[in-house]
Amino acid sequence: MSDTFFSGAPHWRWLIILYFFVGGLAGGACFLAALLDWFGRPEDRPVVRTGYYVAAWGALISGLLLTIDLGRPLRFWHMLFQSANLPALMFKGWSPISFGAWAILLFGLFSVLSALGAMAEEGRLQTPAFHLLHRGALAKLVVAVAGLLGFFVAGYTGILLSVTNRPIWADSPWLGALFVASGASTGAAALMLLAPGRGATPRSLEWLSSFDSNALVVELLVLVVFLVSLGSVNRVWVSVWGLLLLVGVVGFGILVPLGLHLKPARFGSLATRPVVNAAKLVLLGGFLLRLATILASEGIDRYRVAVGM
Amino acid sequence: MPEAMGFFTDTTVCIGCKACEVACKEWNQLPAENGGIRELSGDSYDNTRRLDGIHWRHVRFIEQFSGPYNGRWLMMSDVCKHCVQAGCIEVCPTGAIIRTEFDTVVIQSDVCNGCRACISACPFGVIDINAVAGTAQKCTLCYDRLKVGLEPACAKACPTDSIQFGPITELRARAQKRKDQLRAQGVEAQLYGADPQGPLGGLNSFYLLVDEPEVYGLPRNPKLPSRNLKQSTSFSVASAAVLGVLALVGLRKRRMDEQPPSLS
Repeated sequence: MSDTFFSGAPHWRWLIILYFFVGGLAGGACFLAALLDWFGRPEDRPVVRTGYYVAAWGALISGLLLTIDLGRPLRFWHMLFQSANLPALMFKGWSPISFGAWAILLFGLFSVLSALGAMAEEGRLQTPAFHLLHRGALAKLVVAVAGLLGFFVAGYTGILLSVTNRPIWADSPWLGALFVASGASTGAAALMLLAPGRGATPRSLEWLSSFDSNALVVELLVLVVFLVSLGSVNRVWVSVWGLLLLVGVVGFGILVPLGLHLKPARFGSLATRPVVNAAKLVLLGGFLLRLATILASEGIDRYRVAVGM
Repeated sequence: MPEAMGFFTDTTVCIGCKACEVACKEWNQLPAENGGIRELSGDSYDNTRRLDGIHWRHVRFIEQFSGPYNGRWLMMSDVCKHCVQAGCIEVCPTGAIIRTEFDTVVIQSDVCNGCRACISACPFGVIDINAVAGTAQKCTLCYDRLKVGLEPACAKACPTDSIQFGPITELRARAQKRKDQLRAQGVEAQLYGADPQGPLGGLNSFYLLVDEPEVYGLPRNPKLPSRNLKQSTSFSVASAAVLGVLALVGLRKRRMDEQPPSLS
């Protein structure tokens, strides 16, 4: 038996599952938007702007979810400042939850700046200062930082789970990589769904669809490696969470959307709007991945208590 | 500076009276569960079942029976191990968990914000949320009593001296002597957590056991949560790099496709 089976579950449930999903999606969308901002073409601007909006809202919602989930929400700032030694900063480079709190804060700041730049670009903000956020070197720097922080936020949640003593989470070092890939695929999916409403061109959507296929392949490969690395701990998947992982995540969340991207004609009624349907399924798969991974480990606590461990 | 203090729990003399549990609850003013209406476990005489935010001491009953007249009881008063290398201190993002001058581990309830990272970091399942306080809580090794020269309430209340309190070096010598005594009598006794060269640099609350650690609900080789940090970070960065390259390759391919074919 893995030594992880003797630990207690932290009761990270729906708010944290939702945060992992929203944070991953926002981070992935921001990374893709920043990439298109730097290396894309003028026709990609609607996707770029949509990415920054998704990132900004995602970061704000993430911060809210994390705060509400605390046992003492009004003490959220204790993660950022030493409460007994103000204004000294609270930061532990070796604790994912500590550097994650800073990452969320900074990601929120830079993604909101990027979103303000996007609003200025659309003419919704007239103040000249905001135009610095979508034109010139400063804007490029801001979006680059936002994009990198986005990918960091998408992946650190998996590292956070690995740096525990819980079954599944601490039994493999691959969760961070898996969440990065899932963040990228769900970020692309969110853009595929939202960007057409903001004037995205077919060529931009085609690139997103192509990238999403690649991200799904990477996600599938990392998922397989993750499961192999779990070894004997895999017996925990003989449960409803295992079924969810196999059918919901691998089947509907990865293989079907991959098929819709590559061979849409084979998918009957789903093929009428392949990109949209693939994007919806990728989002569902991304959510179910977090759900199954977190609740499979949380559920083991009931077993532990039941047998008096 | 005072020397390192801790507990040596000799499980062979524990009679399961739960006086330690009661003394702990009383001294630390821990609330009752479910308004005092306890749900019985139904399959054990142990109804506390586990350590958590309102049970900082738990007398574990291990009922090894293969029939009504064939078996034995093992009892162990479980508590926070006050690890020399503590996973909870390592991950705590608020600095609420500190190491005291007695080399014990204490959660400062006025600093903790209830993020629960320490719960999943503890390899022993010791910490949990105290719903009344909204913060993570566990044994403090009666820090307030130690400050005024008193021994912890549980050790004071233990009627058989199963829980012994004192300087760690002294307790280790005593534990070794007791183990040798039991072994001379043919009992398969072993010490758990007494070795400073062992897992987590040794435990400041260690045990004398007469069965395998897993039987008592103890991990054989407890580890720090940070053991996965470097590898997990490396794999995440690699995954991000692969995705970044794939995205750039896709953009390059799109640009190449847009260029008109060369006439030469």
